[in-house]
Amino acid sequence: MAVKVMIPTPLRAFTDKKDAVILEGKTVGELLGRLTTQHAQLKKHLYADNGTLRNFVNVYVNNEDIRYLKYEETPVTENDVVSIIPSIAGGGTAI
Amino acid sequence: MNSLSETKDASQVQLSRDEIKRYGRHLLMPEVGLEGQKKLKASSVLLIGAGGLGSPAALYLAAAGVGKIGVVDFDVVDHSNLQRQILHGTADIGRPKLQSAAERIHSINPYVVVDLHQVRLDSSNALEIFKNYDVIVDGTDNFPTRYLVNDACVLLHKPNVYGSIFRFEGQASVFYADKGPCYRCLYSEPPPPGLVPSCAEGGVFGVLPGIIGTVQALETIKVLLGIGNPLIGRLLLFDALKMEFRELKLRKNPDCPVCGTNPTIRELIDYEAFCGIPPAMPAEGDAKLEITVEELKMKLDGGQDVFLLDVREPHEYEIANLGGTLIPLHDLPKRVNELDSSHEIVVYCATGIRSGKAVKFLTDVGFRKVKNLVGGISAWAEKIDQTMLSY
Repeated sequence: MAVKVMIPTPLRAFTDKKDAVILEGKTVGELLGRLTTQHAQLKKHLYADNGTLRNFVNVYVNNEDIRYLKYEETPVTENDVVSIIPSIAGGGTAI
Repeated sequence: MNSLSETKDASQVQLSRDEIKRYGRHLLMPEVGLEGQKKLKASSVLLIGAGGLGSPAALYLAAAGVGKIGVVDFDVVDHSNLQRQILHGTADIGRPKLQSAAERIHSINPYVVVDLHQVRLDSSNALEIFKNYDVIVDGTDNFPTRYLVNDACVLLHKPNVYGSIFRFEGQASVFYADKGPCYRCLYSEPPPPGLVPSCAEGGVFGVLPGIIGTVQALETIKVLLGIGNPLIGRLLLFDALKMEFRELKLRKNPDCPVCGTNPTIRELIDYEAFCGIPPAMPAEGDAKLEITVEELKMKLDGGQDVFLLDVREPHEYEIANLGGTLIPLHDLPKRVNELDSSHEIVVYCATGIRSGKAVKFLTDVGFRKVKNLVGGISAWAEKIDQTMLSY
């Protein structure tokens, strides 16, 4: 099943500047696994060394946080949009 | 939702004839009206930062007639601020941001009381400053202050109107632990330093903070008046290039360390340490791996064979360069074989942050004669070649 995964600006440097990637998978975990295989540099930004998703990266299926669904086991279907939302701190005060 | 300033005696507030004229377009709307306008006059808002987000927020809150606006900032106005920080003008360069902020706010609305806090916000002063305000507007640019502002607002039961920007993307929400999730429910921990690029590396589209800061002003006024549906429990995402607004649901985390059912954080902590920032200066790395602009100048003047590696982006190279070979930082892993490890290599970027990462990468893969130019091309432009463009 092909599902769209939205890539946020800070991580586009690791996806050849693509803002979205279409991937095959039945669960969020499968999609993220494919994503980090295709774009290996992304892995350390999404996963801690112990293989869990990092605390400052949230993943949503449509507008729901997967932590309140079934984490990486959350099923996805064709019309779903998966979003990766990292924390950003910028306020433009200092550059 | 109930308005916040109901706790204050808005009924005791009077509007002068001039103020009635000034706020006429608000008074016409039943959602604001005379009562709402008095509430705004009785209310107080604290802006954390008079920068990209704080600027538009301050201008609109002042125009709307918020009675007291506090501003926390310790910075001075720099050329590079003017592209987006519309509280400050060209004539303000070199002046404290608080001075130009106060003047701009008063020029828009002389009825606003402006409170200036020229301090670096930290755990020792945050609660004392925050307690005198109804709403806190977070327009900071770093993770330690974000967590500090969040925790202080949770401890004091105050709403934290949040905005954040990066390049072309922005986020906004209202974190109000008494009624919904807080910032820690969304992100329990910050990224380690260096993993996420900062605005200084990534840049920011000047109009973007105008949009997000204005959303913050709007949400602040809704919260003060108790009207509409504020962004509590929702994260607004804005993509300027697509011109797209999206919204994600936020939930209160029962295990949240500060606003959960059994909080472990009951007072403010050391936020620099929490965010993994070592005391004193952020580590630029080992002194052996660094070179100053003066040292580099001597080497080049002495005819030494130094290979200069520029790890910025091509569009930055066009603005100014030291004649180095351009390999952007993100391309370095796949182009590392273009470098000769027997050469002495000096790596530079705009300020020394990206080149620091490049030096770490190169030493990790076995390069032994590689150094980071401290302060980058900005330091070169300041200390060695004043004709060079700095950005």
